[in-house]
Amino acid sequence: MNKDLDCGAFLDSLSEYVDGVIDSALCAEIEDHIADCDDCRVVVDTLKKTIYLYHKTSEKTVIPVDVRERLFHRLDLDDFVQEKSLLS
Amino acid sequence: MSKENQEEFSLELLRSGDRAEIARLVDAHSANIYRVALKMLANTQDAEDVLQNTFFKAIQALPTFEGRSSLSTWLYRIAVNESLMLIRQRKPEFDLVMKPDDDEENEHLLTEFTDWCCLPESELMSSEAQGYLDEAIQELSEKLRVVFILRDIEKLSIRETSETLEISEAAVKVRLLRARLVLREMLSKYYGEQLDAEKRG
Ligand SMILES: [Zn+2]
Repeated sequence: MNKDLDCGAFLDSLSEYVDGVIDSALCAEIEDHIADCDDCRVVVDTLKKTIYLYHKTSEKTVIPVDVRERLFHRLDLDDFVQEKSLLS
Repeated sequence: MSKENQEEFSLELLRSGDRAEIARLVDAHSANIYRVALKMLANTQDAEDVLQNTFFKAIQALPTFEGRSSLSTWLYRIAVNESLMLIRQRKPEFDLVMKPDDDEENEHLLTEFTDWCCLPESELMSSEAQGYLDEAIQELSEKLRVVFILRDIEKLSIRETSETLEISEAAVKVRLLRARLVLREMLSKYYGEQLDAEKRG
C-alpha cells in the first residue's frame, strides 16, 4: 500500500473522511498523512469546523409567529393556528 | 427528522384533505422549509413567499401524492424549485453568470492554511460572523449552494439529497466537496483576519 499519500490524492476523499464514511484502510492512510502534513491537518480541521458552524448557527432558525400566522392564513388553516401554542 | 416523522402522518388522511392532519404536516416541516428558503435567498420576504408557495402547492398535489419519495424529500424538492424560480425571476441573467467555483479545479480551491479552529465559539458565532456565513453561502452558485444546504445544514444523506434534487449521487458528491472547499476558503480568510487582529493586540 502506498504509504506516501500525497496531498492531492487525499483531496478526493476529503468529504468521505470528514463525514466518517471512508473505508478503514484509506482512513488510516489519511491519518498517517495528516500526522506529518500540517497543511492537510489544518484543512481537515477547518473544513469540519466550517460544516459544524453552518449547521449549528442554522439549527435555531424558527418561524416567527407572524410568518406562521400568515402561512396558516394563506393555506386556509386559520382555525388551526392556535394549536401549536398548546404544546409549548 | 424526516424518517421518523413520516410514520406519524396518515397518507390516507392527507390525501383526503383532512385539515387537522395537513396543519400537523405544516407545523412539522415548516421550519425546515423556511430555513432552506432563507439560506437559498438570503431575504426574509422571499423566504416567506417560498414557504407559502411550497405548502400551497403541496396541499394541492397531496391527493395525487404516491409516496414514492418521503414527504420531507418531496416538500424539500418543491421548496428548492420555488426558490430557484424566484432567483431566476429576480436575476434574469442567472444562467449566464458563471460563479468562480464552477470551473475551478479543486486543488485551486485550497490556498488558505490558517488554523482558526482555536478561536472561541463566542467569536466564531458572533452575530457579525453569522452575517458573514450568510454572505459566503450566497457566493456559491445555486447548484452548489443547494447541495450544501440540504446535506450540511439540513443533514440529509447523500442519497436523500440526490433524490430531492433528482441528480445522481456522484453529482451530489462532486458539488458538495466543491461547495465545502469554497466555503472553507472564505471562512479561513475571514477568521484568519480576526486571528491576525488578535495577535496584533
Ligand atoms: Zn498533505
